[in-house]
Amino acid sequence: MGSTNSTLLKIPNVEVLMQETGFSPAHIIRLHDRFKALDKEGRGHLCPQDFGAIKELAMNPIGDRIIGAFFSPGKETVDFDTFVKILAHFRPVDKDRPKELNSPEPINSRSNKLRFAFQLYDQDKDGKISRDELLQVLRAMLGMQVTEEQLESVADRTIQEADLDRDDAISFEEFRKSLEKINIDNLMSIRFLR
Amino acid sequence: MRGLSLLLFITVAGEATTDLFVTVASLPPELEVSAAPAGTSPVTARHIPGPGEYGHPGIALARSEEEPAVPSTEDGESSHPHGGGGGGYEIVQWEWSYVKTPYIIASWLLVASVAKILFHCSQRFTTAVPESCMLILLGLVLGAVVLIASKKQTYQLDPGLFFLFLLPTIVGDAGYFMPARLFFDNLGAILMYAVVGTLWNAFCTGFCLYGVKMAGGIDEKVNAGLMDFLLFGALISAVDPVAVIAVFEEVHVNETLFIIVFGESLLNDAVTVVLYKVYISFVEAGPGNVYTADYFKGIASFLIVSIGGTLVGLIFAVILAFVTRFTKTVRIIEPLFIFLLVYLAYLTAELFSLSAILSMTFCGIGCNKYVEANISQKSRTTVKYTMKTLASIAETIIFIFLGISAVDKSKWAWDTGLVVSTLIFILVFRAVGVAGQTWFLNWFRLVPLEKIDQVVMSYGGLRGAVAFALVVLLDKEHVKAKDYFVATTIVVVFFTVMFQGLTIKPLVKWLKVPRSTNRKPTINEEIHERAFDHILTAVEDIAGLNGYHHWRDKWEQFDKNYLSKLLLRKSVYHKSELWEAYQKINIRDAISVIDQGGNVLTSARLSLPSMASRTSFPEFTNVTNYLRENGSGVCLDLQVIDTVPGAKIEEELETHHVLAENLYKPRRQYQSHYSRHFMTVGEKERQDREVFQRNMHNRLESFKSTRYKRHKKDRSQKKHKGSDAKEQDTSDKPRRNVSWQDRDPVVVPMAPEEDIHDPSEPDKDEDVGITFVARKAPETPKERPKSVPAALDACQSPVAAPPSPTCGEKNLPWKYGMGSLPPCVSVEANKIIPIDLQQAWNQSISSLESLASPPEPQHPRVSALSRLGGPVRTSANGKSGGGVGAGSGSNIGSPSSGQFKFPTAKEEEEEGALSQQQQELQALMSSLTPPPATQSAGKRRNPCVYLRSLVTVPPSGGEPQSRRPTQL
Repeated sequence: MGSTNSTLLKIPNVEVLMQETGFSPAHIIRLHDRFKALDKEGRGHLCPQDFGAIKELAMNPIGDRIIGAFFSPGKETVDFDTFVKILAHFRPVDKDRPKELNSPEPINSRSNKLRFAFQLYDQDKDGKISRDELLQVLRAMLGMQVTEEQLESVADRTIQEADLDRDDAISFEEFRKSLEKINIDNLMSIRFLR
Repeated sequence: MRGLSLLLFITVAGEATTDLFVTVASLPPELEVSAAPAGTSPVTARHIPGPGEYGHPGIALARSEEEPAVPSTEDGESSHPHGGGGGGYEIVQWEWSYVKTPYIIASWLLVASVAKILFHCSQRFTTAVPESCMLILLGLVLGAVVLIASKKQTYQLDPGLFFLFLLPTIVGDAGYFMPARLFFDNLGAILMYAVVGTLWNAFCTGFCLYGVKMAGGIDEKVNAGLMDFLLFGALISAVDPVAVIAVFEEVHVNETLFIIVFGESLLNDAVTVVLYKVYISFVEAGPGNVYTADYFKGIASFLIVSIGGTLVGLIFAVILAFVTRFTKTVRIIEPLFIFLLVYLAYLTAELFSLSAILSMTFCGIGCNKYVEANISQKSRTTVKYTMKTLASIAETIIFIFLGISAVDKSKWAWDTGLVVSTLIFILVFRAVGVAGQTWFLNWFRLVPLEKIDQVVMSYGGLRGAVAFALVVLLDKEHVKAKDYFVATTIVVVFFTVMFQGLTIKPLVKWLKVPRSTNRKPTINEEIHERAFDHILTAVEDIAGLNGYHHWRDKWEQFDKNYLSKLLLRKSVYHKSELWEAYQKINIRDAISVIDQGGNVLTSARLSLPSMASRTSFPEFTNVTNYLRENGSGVCLDLQVIDTVPGAKIEEELETHHVLAENLYKPRRQYQSHYSRHFMTVGEKERQDREVFQRNMHNRLESFKSTRYKRHKKDRSQKKHKGSDAKEQDTSDKPRRNVSWQDRDPVVVPMAPEEDIHDPSEPDKDEDVGITFVARKAPETPKERPKSVPAALDACQSPVAAPPSPTCGEKNLPWKYGMGSLPPCVSVEANKIIPIDLQQAWNQSISSLESLASPPEPQHPRVSALSRLGGPVRTSANGKSGGGVGAGSGSNIGSPSSGQFKFPTAKEEEEEGALSQQQQELQALMSSLTPPPATQSAGKRRNPCVYLRSLVTVPPSGGEPQSRRPTQL
């Protein structure tokens, strides 16, 4: 435990971070190691290039979008706090944790998970997935296998299906509604090693 | 029930008949479901490869134990055997021996199928009692009948038959249609329960039974040692796939729970097979001759059996997928390849005494994706239905025979201590095992298994036919207590299938286990779920965890880069899964639309998403289907004959009633035909009305936006349907025609009315109407345009009356003003038009018509005019779908060819479509009054001229017509 504590002490604000994200000390240490491994030059923060170095990510069709999600607008770097907080979106929902009233919504709540996914689509951050934005994602995910027309028809249909207010775009509310029946807690969670 | 027993009597009698001479029969008597004929001496039984095929030589058939009495002389059928012995010139006797085997098989299949029908007669009953219970009960009854009839049990579940024919059909179905993603997502848990859980159950049950025996809980007569009990524990502990499928299918627990129990029941086969074989060899060798090395051999054997079985299955999966790449020219045997290779996977595994179930399951799971992509839609349907049919019938037979087998005095050696302790042990150890394993698994599972899940899993550990077949296979010479084991197994199987099967549903309800929803994913869900997969993979990569998503992604890459390239046709390889999913959704939409409302048109308006599906080819089949279903157009034909001669108002009224009824029939028939659930008439009507109301509401409210959106959709759709576009262009005419055709029938009733209002109507017109032989091309052009408003009028009549009491039936509805117009268009026209494939266009037209509501005075004349064409068309219509298609094909030739120049020209300027659309719309609205006017005038004109006027005069009206077709 001693080594654990000493590692933890090196991380600033670790208590607050754990409080906010719900990660256990072991998680934090693991992520910290990973953070340091990614941060090859030891600057204490990550640049887009650092993410680009992960070669599996390069194969991911929407990898760059996910990298983009780590960087808040206008910022070129990610510090450890943000890094952990973003990963915390994917922590499984813990059911037995007592729900405190007035406590802020945990990062890994259903709607936060959804919002994370939503902002991957909504690149211009106008709160709506426009047809073009959807098309871009589809194009990335479907690759060259499908013609542009097919993509468009899929996109059209997707929007029509979800679009409740007929503005030809999917708002977050509509996005949430269209995925109402899906068990987001399970689909948007990964098991962080203990 | 009587019929069944009668059938049974016949077969039993037949059995008895053949007994006399079958002893030297050249036919392989083992093929049949029934056991060897009573008269067959043990010698024949030994000839029979029977269970020996399963790799357990030296095991005598259980049924040959009882030395038969002289076959059935007491029965009424005694005359038959008498004749049977008579000689070769008695044809009947000879034929019986010739057809005996297939005959009995067919009879049994019939019994089983009829039994299913009977069970499903009462719906309330079947929801409460699982089918498997009923089948076992039926089997018991039949068994009793057989026993009384022939004084001994002739039939029983023959292990050879079970393992070679019945089980593979069920496992094949299960494997092929296994939800692969779900299965692999939970593979860890499934393997855990299948291997560890089964071993745990087997050992604990075996040892504890031995303990009870030592403690004196089991009678001295049960002559069994530790090895015997371990053997028994091994065969009784495995959860049975057949029982699990049968029971869980009706319970509808959530998928995760189902896949875990179901997967376990399939994958534990390897464990069961190995344990069974190892113990058998131990038992045969004798307890003293078992050395430590043998245990290790057992473990090695387990690895070989399980991994080998899986490999065999996967190899066959690859072969199968590869073969289906090249079946393009021989579509008709595609399903056969699938059945053969999947079955061969089973047999090959059996050949090397590997785990056959494992092999077949993995063959199914492995090949499904590629095969489904390679084979044609029809083959897919064929495979699906054939597999389901076979599996269902095999399941039925298994349960019936389980019941029958139980009624056999010879096998019953009852020991209460053994039975009770076995029951307790399997229940307790199952529960304990599940709890322990789940506790362990939950450390690693993302979604932990809840307490409730564990209860259902322990309670769902059903034993079944596999255990029974295995216990019957035991060799009595080595396993002295076989009879006790058989009896106990039967009790255990019956208890689990009947008691647990019966109570699991209430239990699930009571525990509020999350149920599975039968909902199919929407396109949004499909897309976003895929995105989620990518996101999670990326996050795992970023977080440096080589977790599940990481490996799945790796596999998908491998699959995409190598496997799919090898196993998929080139044409298929380039299609994306998501695109496939999209099309599937579209097709499903179209089908459900037709299923629900029975009309594509209505829901096209109601649910925009389904618009895109219009163009996809399956649509056509749907529509054809619909056409066929709507064969009640025939009725209309009859109506024509009825009404035309008598031109009285009373008759009008009557016609109206009849027509109204008849027109409502299609939908009603349709519904009852497609829905599995019975619906009260009241409900149906309410639904009708609801559909109608929604339809109207939507129509009026969303008219503009709908049009626009649809248009847009159509455009894009059309673009990517590049090749289809041409085809559609050519097929426009018939299609449109169909729509006209369809409207016309409604027109028919108008005929009498015109007599009153417009007596000046030339007689020859009527003649045309009455003879309605004229389905010639030249004539129709005249009729078509006239029928536009006529159709309108007519639509009104049927609709107004039945659903809405406001339109009194005292008055002819079509005499109402425009007020009643819209409803008529919406419901009736819709109902009839769906055949039309360009609903979009039709909708706009019809709704426009309804909105613009043509002037009153026109009605009679128009209808009179329509009469000209009406009967003709109805006649064509009456000739069923084919007639319609044929007749219509030629009908509209001329007008449409004129119109279709528009679209080609417009194809380029699609960008301006929006504005144009609106223009069109407005133009249409305003100019809709003109057309009727022209019509009334044009009525006396040369029809051709009039026709041209219709096409050219209101260009705005013509435009959407022309546009739609091409755009669709």
